[in-house]
Amino acid sequence: MTLLTALARLLIFPGLLFAVPAAWFFLWVERKSVALMQGRVGPPFMQPFWDFVKLLGKSTPPRTGIAGLIMRAWPLIAVSSAAGAVGLLPVLPASGGFEGDLILLLALLELPSICIIAAGFSSRSIFGEIGSAREAALSVSYNIVFLLAIVSIAASQHTFRLEALAAAPNTPLHWLGVVAILVCLPAKLHINPFSLPNAEQEIYAGPMTEYAGPELAMWELSHGLEWVAGTGLVATLAAPHLGSVWIAALLFIALSIIAVLLLSTLAAATARLAIDSSVRFYWQCTLIFAILAVSSAILVRFRS
Amino acid sequence: MKPLQRLMCAARRRSPWLFHMNSGSCNGCDIEIVAALSPRYDAEQLGVRLEGSPRHADILCVTGPVTRKAVGAVKTVYDQVLGPKAVIAIGSCPATTNVFIDSRTLDGPLDKHLPVDVFVPGCPPRPDAIIAGVAKAAEILAERGNKSSEPIVTLVAESNEGAQQ
Repeated sequence: MTLLTALARLLIFPGLLFAVPAAWFFLWVERKSVALMQGRVGPPFMQPFWDFVKLLGKSTPPRTGIAGLIMRAWPLIAVSSAAGAVGLLPVLPASGGFEGDLILLLALLELPSICIIAAGFSSRSIFGEIGSAREAALSVSYNIVFLLAIVSIAASQHTFRLEALAAAPNTPLHWLGVVAILVCLPAKLHINPFSLPNAEQEIYAGPMTEYAGPELAMWELSHGLEWVAGTGLVATLAAPHLGSVWIAALLFIALSIIAVLLLSTLAAATARLAIDSSVRFYWQCTLIFAILAVSSAILVRFRS
Repeated sequence: MKPLQRLMCAARRRSPWLFHMNSGSCNGCDIEIVAALSPRYDAEQLGVRLEGSPRHADILCVTGPVTRKAVGAVKTVYDQVLGPKAVIAIGSCPATTNVFIDSRTLDGPLDKHLPVDVFVPGCPPRPDAIIAGVAKAAEILAERGNKSSEPIVTLVAESNEGAQQ
């Protein structure tokens, strides 16, 4: 990957120029589809954009010293890492990439939730600390399954290069991995039934309780970008390999929207689980399948 | 007005986030606020969101006649909401202390302590009156901009159409 293509991917498609409007669009699709399923009309099309602009114009509480500086830094780190994760997705065929970019993508996908945990603790609000502790417990449980699913896909193809994985023939093992990633996404995106960390009204706003104005706008944006990155990862792994650039881009957007609709249906249909039930779900119910997927991927690899 | 200011005004009008504060209410008005967000009235069409933290909110919705115990909490929460902000007094209690008038446990009405922008009277007010009050408060927010001026007192009368439903 040359510097020019890397910049184009990071800044234009599927990077910032595409990802920021897409983040607002996905947030709207989620809110609107949940509203329609509840028999409401739901927010207008531009709602996430208006929310973002309004938050930029609000004031923030005075934050002094190093602690204040650190508190201001977390949302920026979260936004930039989520945007970087979107930029790494191998959406277009033959778009470059490098050996090991899967590992970088996983790290960038994980960074926003680490930022949320750190932000909750550095805000020194008791509700923020409870939210962060829940986020940490949840992250330890779903990440095992998430990582094992991706490792099983990578092991079956014997590569850590995203483009090779996206272009790989679709075996049953590949689909098992995609389904496992889909199962982990509700916890990664904090939607029902795993909306524990920011459980509204229950612990005020969780880790975000003390954030306001432009900082909160950045958190909203990073949440939207996480939607784009998470559903985009599923879309690139599920999409068939195509030669044409335009069709590949359109297919990526269509598959992402389908994934968003699937996740919002789940969010509208379920209620919030308690932390022990959520952790038990990932450790007891899904971990066994993830281990099976990895071991069969390694076995397939040795036999061929 | 500059284009950026106009954009900000439009955003403030279209995205009012509420924080709901009970200052000793009987729970009647609180239920009506929740009803305003329910499928039948659906305040989310106006971009309304009920926020968990006062730090996120633009509009403080206060119910109840402000008991002596609640005065400190009301003032603290008002300071925690960041500017530009507006206050709505929901129900007759925060406006006049209603049937609890002259009670020795009260330190109301609300406008003794906070600059109230919109009064939505009623015992309890109908959800459509509450939504009208929120829309009015959002307009006040857009007009006021960043300067924290005197409260623009508005009274939202209960609509006849709503009463006949």
